Amino acid sequence: MTLKRTEVEKIAHLARLQVTADELDAVAGDLTNILDLVAQMESVDTEGVTPMAHPLHMAQRLREDEVTESDQRERFQAIAPATENGLYLVPKVID
Amino acid sequence: MHDKSIRQLAASLRAGEFSSVELTRWFLDRIREFDGRLNSFITVTEEQALEQAAAADARIAAGDATPMTGIPIAHKDIFCTDGIRTSCGSRMLDNFVAPYDATVVARFRQAGAVLLGKTNMDEFAMGSSNETSWYGPVRNPWDPERVPGGSSGGSAAAVAARLCPAATGTDTGGSIRQPAALCGLTGLKPTYGRVSRYGMIAFASSLDQGGALTRSAEDAAHMLQVMAGFDPRDSTSGQEPVDDYPAALEGDIGGLRIGLPKEYFDDGLDPAVAASVRDAVAEYERLGATVREIELPNSHLAVPTYYVVAPAECSSNLARFDGVRFGHRCDDPRDLEDLYKRSRAEGFGAEVKRRILIGTYALSAGYYDAYYLKAQQIRHLISDDFRRAFEQVDVIMGPTAPSVAFGLGEKADDPVTMYLSDIYTIAVNLAGLPGISIPVAPVNGLPVGLQIIGDYHQEARLLNVAHRLQQATDWHLATPAGY
Amino acid sequence: MNWETVIGLEIHAQLATKSKIFSGASTAFGAAPNTQACAVDLGLPGVLPVLNRGAVLMAIKFAAAIDAELGRRSVFARKNYFYPDLPKGYQISQFELPIVGRGRVELLLENGDTRTIGVTRAHLEEDAGKSLHQDFHGMTGVDLNRAGTPLLEIVSEPDMRSAREAVAYARKIHQIVQYIGICDGNMQEGSFRVDANVSVRRPGEELGTRTELKNINSFRFLERAINFEVERQIELLESGGRVVQETRLYDADRDETRSMRTKEEANDYRYFPDPDLLPVELDDALIAEATADMPELPDARRQRFCDQYGLGAADAQQLTASRALADYYEQLVAVCGEAKMAANWIVGELSGALNREGLAIEQSPVDAGALGGLLQRVVDNTISGKIAKQVFEAMWQGEGTADAIIEARGLKQITDSGAIERIVDQVLADNPEQVANYRAADEKKRAKMIGFFVGQVMKASKGKANPQQVNQLLRGKL
Repeated sequence: MTLKRTEVEKIAHLARLQVTADELDAVAGDLTNILDLVAQMESVDTEGVTPMAHPLHMAQRLREDEVTESDQRERFQAIAPATENGLYLVPKVID
Repeated sequence: MHDKSIRQLAASLRAGEFSSVELTRWFLDRIREFDGRLNSFITVTEEQALEQAAAADARIAAGDATPMTGIPIAHKDIFCTDGIRTSCGSRMLDNFVAPYDATVVARFRQAGAVLLGKTNMDEFAMGSSNETSWYGPVRNPWDPERVPGGSSGGSAAAVAARLCPAATGTDTGGSIRQPAALCGLTGLKPTYGRVSRYGMIAFASSLDQGGALTRSAEDAAHMLQVMAGFDPRDSTSGQEPVDDYPAALEGDIGGLRIGLPKEYFDDGLDPAVAASVRDAVAEYERLGATVREIELPNSHLAVPTYYVVAPAECSSNLARFDGVRFGHRCDDPRDLEDLYKRSRAEGFGAEVKRRILIGTYALSAGYYDAYYLKAQQIRHLISDDFRRAFEQVDVIMGPTAPSVAFGLGEKADDPVTMYLSDIYTIAVNLAGLPGISIPVAPVNGLPVGLQIIGDYHQEARLLNVAHRLQQATDWHLATPAGY
Repeated sequence: MNWETVIGLEIHAQLATKSKIFSGASTAFGAAPNTQACAVDLGLPGVLPVLNRGAVLMAIKFAAAIDAELGRRSVFARKNYFYPDLPKGYQISQFELPIVGRGRVELLLENGDTRTIGVTRAHLEEDAGKSLHQDFHGMTGVDLNRAGTPLLEIVSEPDMRSAREAVAYARKIHQIVQYIGICDGNMQEGSFRVDANVSVRRPGEELGTRTELKNINSFRFLERAINFEVERQIELLESGGRVVQETRLYDADRDETRSMRTKEEANDYRYFPDPDLLPVELDDALIAEATADMPELPDARRQRFCDQYGLGAADAQQLTASRALADYYEQLVAVCGEAKMAANWIVGELSGALNREGLAIEQSPVDAGALGGLLQRVVDNTISGKIAKQVFEAMWQGEGTADAIIEARGLKQITDSGAIERIVDQVLADNPEQVANYRAADEKKRAKMIGFFVGQVMKASKGKANPQQVNQLLRGKL
C-alpha cells in the first residue's frame, strides 16, 4: 500500500504537523515502508478475538470526590510561552 | 569506589569509609572526565546532588538510612524532576523545567538517593539507538563508534562507564533491555503497572513501564525495591503487594523450568549471539534447571502490531505539546493553526513525527478497524502465546537483541530496519510481562544480552534467576576499557 | 404541503461534584483564571487521570431516575482534536460503551396528554476550558479552570416534533438532574447546556439533513432557536435549496442561527479507548450506594401532591417544578396545616414576589417556616387574607415575623361584635341612599349590592373587621 501525497497532507493536518511540499515525498515513502511492515497483520484471522486494550485485567479504581489540589498558577505559568492576567495567550480564535 | 555494588556502597557509607558527599563528588568528577565523549547526560545537577548527599550523610549519621540513602543515581530524562529541566530528549521540551516530581523520582528522594543528573535518550523514547535525541547521539563505552542502544541509551552508557552506580530507564518496546544488552548491563523491565507511570512522560501508555539499568541483578533488586508499588495517581498502577526483592535473590533455582522459544532463534539472529545465549542456558542447566523448546507462534507479528499500537497511542499522547502551556512555541505565529503546526514541526524530530503520522493514520476514519482494532486483537493472540507457555515453563529465555551493538548511523536512515532491533523484546511489552536482560559471553569484545521473561509479577523470580547466574559467572563484571 | 419537524437534544449537565472528574482540583464557579487548573487539568507532561467516584455515583443515580439500562462495564475513550481550551489535545469521553444506556422520560403536555421521549444514552466526559475573546493585543486568552469539570452528556432520540416539546423535554431533564442533586441546573453559568439537532421532512419520509444548534443558554432561547431554524430550513427547501449538515450558533440578540463558518474539514476525532484509564465496572454495592438516598422523583411527587393534598394537576405540576419548591410547599403545609391555602399562597403571592425580584425559591427572604407562621394567623382568624398580604409584604421587606408585624401595626382582626356593629351602624347612617336602594331591590340584585356596604365597613375598620361577622351584621340590619 502506497500513501499518496494528499493522504500525507491530510493526516499531517489532523496531527497539526507542518510538512512542507519538499518533505512530502520522503515522508510518504517512510510511512509507506512502515505500513508495508504493518501489513503482515492482514494475513492473520482475528475473527472473534477480543481486542486487548490493556495488559492487565483490572477495573478502574475510583478516587474519592475530594479537593486535594491548591492553586499553583504562578508555578505553572512560569513555564508558559505567553500569559497575561493569569490567562494563556494564543493567536485569536475565530468561532 | 565506582566499581562497588549498591550493597557495598551502602555498607561503606554506613561504616564511614567515605561519605555520600565524597562518593557524589567522585561520580561528578567521572562525569566531567568522561561524558564529553559519551554524551550520556543531558543535565548534570551538581549543586542539588551535593545538597542531597549532605542530607543523606546526616540521615545515615542519624541511623535513619534506607539501603539507597546516599547512593548516587541518574534518572532518564523522561521522568519529571521538580525544578530541573525534563527534556525527554526533545527540542520541544528543551525549556521545560518540570513543576513536579514523578512518583519514581519522589520515591528515590524519599529513600535518600542522590540525583546526579538526567540522562540522554531517544526523543520521547522513540528509537533503538539513542540517535534521535535532540541533544545528539550517545556513544557506547565499549566502542565509541557504536550505538548504546535505545531509548534509555544515556542511562545505559552512564552505568556501563561507571559514571553512576545505577540509573532509571523506561521500556516501551525494549528500551531498557536492548541498551542493557548492548552495553553489558542488567536491565529490568517490570510487569506493566508495577512501577508508577505518574510523571513519566508518556510515549505509549499501555506499554510504557519504568525500570532500572544496573551492573547486576542484585543492584536491580535494590532499585526496584524503591520504584515498585501502588500509586493512587496512576489508574493503571498494580495493587499487588511488593515482594522483598533483595531477599529473594539467593533462592535455589534447582528444577527451574526454562523455555526456549524456537521463534527467537531464527534466521534474523546473529549466530555468534545465538551461541552466547545457548552457552548461558547451558550454565543454567549446570545450576539445576531443565530446558525445553517452546513455541510462541505469533512472535513474528509483534513488531507489526507494536508499530500500530505504539504510534496510535503516541499520536494522542503527544497532542498536548502544542506550544500553548509549556514547551517550544514557534516565533510569530500567523494564526492558531500556524502556531500548532510550526511549533510541533520545529519541536519534534523526524522519528517522532513519523510515529505521530502513522498513529494518526491508524486511528483515522476508515482505517481504525484494519489497523488499530486488528492490532489489539493480535495483541491478544500474542498474550495468549505467553499464557500457554507459562503453563509449561517458569521462565522463557532467549536473546535480547538480534546482534551486538551496531555502528552509529548504520540504521539511522532506515526506520524499518531499526524497528527490527527490538524484535525479541516487543512482545513482552504487548503482553505486559516482566523481562530482564543480563550480560552473557561477549562477541568480539562487545556485550551480548540474555533475555529472561517471567509471568506477571514474577520480578522476584527473574532477579533470583539472573542473580544465580551472576553468582556462578563473571560476565556481568566486565568493564569497558578505559573506564 | 406541510412539514414535520424532528428534534433531538444533546444536554450537557455539569455534575455537582466537589472536585474534577479526573483530578483533585476544585470545580467551584467563578475563581480567578487558571487558579483551579492543576497539573492534570493542564495536561502537563507525565500526568495521569484518576476517575472521581462521585461522578460515577451521580451517573448511576441519573440512570435510575430515567429508568435506563446501566452500562455495567463502560469504557473511557479519547476524542482527539486540537483547540486551545482542550489542554491535552483530546477530550476524555465515552464512545462505544457509555455508563448509561437507553432510558426514557415522560412529558406532561399542556393539553394534559403525556408523551414519552427516549434517551439514547448518557455518558461521562470532561468539560473543556474557556477561550476569552476580549482583546489581548489581538490574542485570545485561555482559562482552564473549567477544564476537567465532570459532565454527563445526555443524548435523546429524535423523538420531539416541535420546539415546545423540545423545551418540555429539556425542562424535564433539568428538573430531574436537580431533583436527584447531580447538577445545579444553572444555565447562565453554563452548568446545564442544551444543543439541538433539528431537521424537517415531509411526513412519512426519511429523516432530513439536520443542523446542530449551539450556544443556547435558556429555555426561551431554545424555543426561539428551534423555531427560527425550522423556518429557515423550510424556506430553504421550498425554494429548491438543500440543508447543509453543520453546526449553527444561536444569536439571541438577533434571534437567528448562523453557520459557525469553520473550514469545511470533516471532523475525524480518532476515538480510541483511553489507555490511561481502565474499564469502569459497576458492582451491586456501588449501585446500591448510589441509589440509597434517591429522592422521590418529580412525577411521583406530583401525583402524591394531587392525592395527598387534594391539589389540581396544574398546581401540583407547578409546585413540583423544582425539588426546592416542592420541599418549601411541604414544609409550609406542615406548619399551617392548610394544603390548599398553602398552594394558593405559593402560586400567588410568593411566586409573584420571587419573579418580581428575579429570585429562586432557595433565595426567598421569607422561608417556609415564616410564611407558615403568617398563614396560621389567617387560619386562626387573627387576620384576614387581605391583611395577610400586607403582612407578607412587610415580612418580605425584612420587618420581622408575622406576629411581630401584626402586633406592631395593630392589624389584629376585630372580632368584637359590638365594635363591628358600631362601624356597621355608622356606614348605614352615612349612606342612606344606598340603603334605600338596597331595600327596594330584589334578592338577586341585593347579593351584588351588599358588597358595597362590606367594602365600606372594611375600609372604615382598616380591613381589620372579620368579614364573616360584617356580612352577618349587615344582612341583619338591612
